[in-house]
Amino acid sequence: MILDFERPVKELEERIGELRRLAGESGELRAEISQLEEALDAAKRRIYLNLTPYQRVQVARHPERPNFRAYRDALADDFYELSGDRLYGDDPAVQGGFARIGGRNVILLGHDKGTDVKSRVKGNFGMAHPEGYRKVQRLYELAGRFGLPIVALVDTPGAFAGREAEERGQAWAISGDLMALARAPVPVVSVVIGEGGSGGALAMCVADYVGMLENSYLAVIAPEACASIIFRDASRAAEAAEAMKLTARDLKGHAIIDEVLPEPLGGAHNAPESAVDAVGEALERVLSGLEDVEPKALLQARYERYRRMGNHTAEFPA
Amino acid sequence: MESVFTKCEECGQPIYEKDLRARFNVCPNCEHHYPLSAPERVRLLLDAGTFEEVGAGMEAGDPLGFEGYAERLEKARKKTGLDDAVVSGVGRIGGRPVAFAAMDFRFIGGSMGSVVGEKVALTIETAREGDLPLVIVPASGGARMFEGVYSLMQMAKTSVALARFENGSQPFVSVLTDPTFGGVTASFATAADVILAEPGARIGFAGRRVIEDTTKERLPEGFQTAEFQREHGMVDRIVHRLALKGDLERLLGFVA
Repeated sequence: MILDFERPVKELEERIGELRRLAGESGELRAEISQLEEALDAAKRRIYLNLTPYQRVQVARHPERPNFRAYRDALADDFYELSGDRLYGDDPAVQGGFARIGGRNVILLGHDKGTDVKSRVKGNFGMAHPEGYRKVQRLYELAGRFGLPIVALVDTPGAFAGREAEERGQAWAISGDLMALARAPVPVVSVVIGEGGSGGALAMCVADYVGMLENSYLAVIAPEACASIIFRDASRAAEAAEAMKLTARDLKGHAIIDEVLPEPLGGAHNAPESAVDAVGEALERVLSGLEDVEPKALLQARYERYRRMGNHTAEFPA
Repeated sequence: MESVFTKCEECGQPIYEKDLRARFNVCPNCEHHYPLSAPERVRLLLDAGTFEEVGAGMEAGDPLGFEGYAERLEKARKKTGLDDAVVSGVGRIGGRPVAFAAMDFRFIGGSMGSVVGEKVALTIETAREGDLPLVIVPASGGARMFEGVYSLMQMAKTSVALARFENGSQPFVSVLTDPTFGGVTASFATAADVILAEPGARIGFAGRRVIEDTTKERLPEGFQTAEFQREHGMVDRIVHRLALKGDLERLLGFVA
């Protein structure tokens, strides 16, 4: 899939490929090729270094963007998947279990957007039902019981809005996750790797560290829905994305998150291994930093971190 | 003045506005529960003259400089006489001191922004520090979109405050009213020890229209009502508004 704003880049890449084929081993057309390569480099910089917030949202949603599975496979030496909420069923929209990352035992979990049409549909495009959030709560509680750090990879358009989700208590399930994270006596490390859609994302990022890949987003509502509600015009999504300050850099500026993790030029889908490395490096560094922190101190710091978040006239009393 | 009629949206019968007000916005004919303002909620549930407000005068900032937000706030303040969508403090229910917060749907749809999150957290902490039962009456369309992710983070803020409150032995009672949706339902409103709801109140995560638009499914009659939620195991009891104070007194008699 090619995003609209990527077209000039893709066209240059195709022309370079074409010329290379024509030239073969002959060494001809070298000047033309290198000229185009310079143009390509300039186009990439011009486009990718100036992505608008809404373009970043599109990059975050790119179907070829590395998702939970890519990070799991690359970063976990062993992944021992656990299933089910013990109440209703197993929700493939979220995946989790025991994992070993950099020699450390952790609980690894995340939204699973799948890799092909079949797995994407099965995982409901990363939009979980209550049984998904309740599976996640189970994992949080297991982490606490066994003293394992929680590593959560966030990538969801949001919690699913559907009849059955409501019948089984979607709001109750999300609230349960928030409470479980607020209580978890172990390090909680979250990275937004793609979409951070509202409550469904927050259910995995009330954490001691929240990192965001450069082109991921975290928002209270999808920009399209925000535009249709606030501007009464869904086509003004780009404007809404701008207004909502949903990019990693914006949120770092507002001290909502801790760190912006770099992506390769053009976004993670252009060089997945480089995004995976950035996340792997951050996890290693953050987990080792939190390793010796006492549960009490972790909970205190987590409390203070979120207790402060807000913008209003009276100060939080000392 | 006293002869002003209004027509009940539910049963279509003419009702005196005076009668409606005297019954805290419950139709004398069909018992339909209309939304109730936060100050009226205080008058309904707390012993007369016992309420002391906490966090009064706190006003929302405009952290994102969101187009139109300042005007919306100003208009809502004028319309309601409130600082924001919640009134919080301490008072007594049947002589028993409680920490109390009530939301007000008239203030930008009862949406949760920084002030709602902060005042709810303050109420939770007032309960914790004073070893008091906590009673919260939500009424909310969900997140305050104008505050973007600051609004989302109020769900986290109220959760970390509640997690500490739970270390004590006092109860948290949530009284869900029409309507309670979105980020409020998905955080503190449903994290209570006991959840009561008013008859007919619409309670859920996503709104009916959003679900119908997403899934193209026609939703059944009574979907997401308090009765629906009780049937699905999400709510403990449905309590008529005019019986609510007595019901809370009874409940607190067991656990407070």
